[in-house]
Amino acid sequence: MLAYIGRRALLAVFTVWAISMLAFAIIQLPPGDYVTSYIAQMASMGSVVTDEEAQNLRIQYGLGQPIYVQYWKWMKQIGDGNFGFSMEWRRPVTEVIGERLWLTVVVAVSALLLTWVLALPIGIYSAVRQYSIGDYTATFVGFIGLAVPNFLLALVLLYLGFTMFNAHIGGLFSPELQDAPWSWARVWDLLKHLPIPALILGLAGTAQQIRIMRANLLDELGKPYVVTARSKGLPETRVIVKYPVRMALNPFASTIGYTLPYIVSGSIIVSLVLGLPTVGPLLLRALISQDMFLAGTIVLLLGIMTVIGTLISDIVLVWIDPRIRLEDT
Amino acid sequence: MAVAADAGALPSTSTADRQRIFVASQWQLTWWRFRKHRVAVASAIVVAGFYLVVPGADFLACSDPSASEAQRSLMPPQLIHWFDEGRLRPHVYGLKGARDPRTFKRVYQPDPSQKIPIRFFAQGFEYRFLGLFPMSRHLIGVDPGRDASTTIFLLGTDVQGRDLWSRLMYGTRISLTIGLLGVTMSLVLGVVLGGLSGFYGGILDTVIQRIIEILRSIPTIPLWMGLAAALPRDWTILQVYFAITIIISLLGWTELARVIRGRFLALREEDFVVSARLVGCSRMRTIFVHMVPSFMSHIIAATTLALPAMIISETALSFLGLGLRPPAISWGVLLQQAQNVQTVAISPWLMLPAVPVIVAVMAFNFLGDGLRDAADPYGR
Repeated sequence: MLAYIGRRALLAVFTVWAISMLAFAIIQLPPGDYVTSYIAQMASMGSVVTDEEAQNLRIQYGLGQPIYVQYWKWMKQIGDGNFGFSMEWRRPVTEVIGERLWLTVVVAVSALLLTWVLALPIGIYSAVRQYSIGDYTATFVGFIGLAVPNFLLALVLLYLGFTMFNAHIGGLFSPELQDAPWSWARVWDLLKHLPIPALILGLAGTAQQIRIMRANLLDELGKPYVVTARSKGLPETRVIVKYPVRMALNPFASTIGYTLPYIVSGSIIVSLVLGLPTVGPLLLRALISQDMFLAGTIVLLLGIMTVIGTLISDIVLVWIDPRIRLEDT
Repeated sequence: MAVAADAGALPSTSTADRQRIFVASQWQLTWWRFRKHRVAVASAIVVAGFYLVVPGADFLACSDPSASEAQRSLMPPQLIHWFDEGRLRPHVYGLKGARDPRTFKRVYQPDPSQKIPIRFFAQGFEYRFLGLFPMSRHLIGVDPGRDASTTIFLLGTDVQGRDLWSRLMYGTRISLTIGLLGVTMSLVLGVVLGGLSGFYGGILDTVIQRIIEILRSIPTIPLWMGLAAALPRDWTILQVYFAITIIISLLGWTELARVIRGRFLALREEDFVVSARLVGCSRMRTIFVHMVPSFMSHIIAATTLALPAMIISETALSFLGLGLRPPAISWGVLLQQAQNVQTVAISPWLMLPAVPVIVAVMAFNFLGDGLRDAADPYGR
């Protein structure tokens, strides 16, 4: 088991390294650099940046050096906990990102939790009461959930909220608590705003998990051991929860790892539509203005977050499925 | 072959039917099974309908998609009146625009005294059918002497007064072909890498599998955003179009590669593959003549299931302003106008381009499901 976790952890480290390269490469791809877009920005405001000033800016930010030197510098800085300097905001990247990263984590994790909380009972119900009205409803809602891209769902909900209740359902905080320091009132406010983004982000995953759970459980329900348990007089609920559900949980759990990157991805674009104070809107802006350290850091941190989440789900999987443990010892 | 034992899976019991199953080719079996899946067949028809729009967008559009006019900004969709004095004579009412003196918004009132008859196969703006044949016939239009782009607005107009219906037709063309091209590229990558991985195994397999795992554990949208933001702003529509296709296919091949690797692994030890090797077939021949045909239907099913993700990706990127950019028209570009909730609350028809996205994605999903079930005619 330790060997298995160790191998997974090694792969995770390797993945993080690959992500850091990708993140840095992406930021380097656009023609021109921050100084070019800074000059364009200044020009649109009517002021002129001289060649000398531009040169000084480039030296200051180390833009003229070869790419691998810049990458190496960036990595070394990260080792010291310094993610670089946001050129657009003129503040350290960590400060700009601030609590946005944690809010991203909160949104993604609550979407993931909601996925399980909804998918598990609904999936079991759909399988046990196959072809009932509830099963058909779940299947139908599930197909809608899979077919509607989450940002469109966000748009539709925003529209309905706006026209029917005249309420703005976006955001994570009420306006008066937007910039307030953390307090219980603010936490409560956050919890009140969370369900809608969590539902929007989790719907597609939920739909998929319901289908997986239903299919797995249906496979298990017909097996002899279920008949045996039932014929020995076990109450129906116990028959189902104790044996086939446990069996069906394994393939269900192994898909968790793939759900998380999907949710994190989705949170970026849904945040833009709903105006959530996560890293999503920040990333879009940074990419457009080629604020390379900020954009690179966001991509890197999102990647690391996802990798850690996947690693946790792998460990959980080993814990609930003894077959994996045995396979690797 | 194991046909006899499993042929009972098809609900044909008479001897004649069984005879038919014995001699049927793989494709025939697949087709018979697919036909039974009603929803999938219906979805296939819907998908075919969507792809008819690709060559026929010009014909189906009633006005030039880029003809803009501030005077017709944000017109609501028009109701078609099918009957006039008891006879089938489809027409729409003319719209009168005026500025609300208090809010300074343009409001439009239908004018029942002004009936504009709708003509089928009418003359309209000129275009080249399939890019070759100059034509000016359109499915719907108005009498000669009138201009369709100033009179018929089946789905309303956008902020710049362009006809949404016509723009939707052109958007469908771009969005669907980008999906198809993207999936083709993914398929090539998936077949080559998945095939190598499954056929040779060993270190190559490990390396490719690790790469797939890494790619799958990265959140894709930030990556797409990064790659798409890197496209030079001065590229032409065509260049951006191909670049976006490449971007979405670069990250979409992993699932296909997994499916293909799985099939290769399953087939590698099959008797007919071993005997092909033993009689001295070259590797290429073994793969392409003996192995690939036996899982072709699986590939087609997996490809169909990969298409909706491509369509959603393009829509999402363009919606963010990082994908296709105006004057190009795609579903995502059209939906960009619906980004602002205030605008949408006043003119809800701007959200209409979401409908084809959802319908297409659903149809592809059902079709793919049906194909996947049918691809294995000896299965359950």
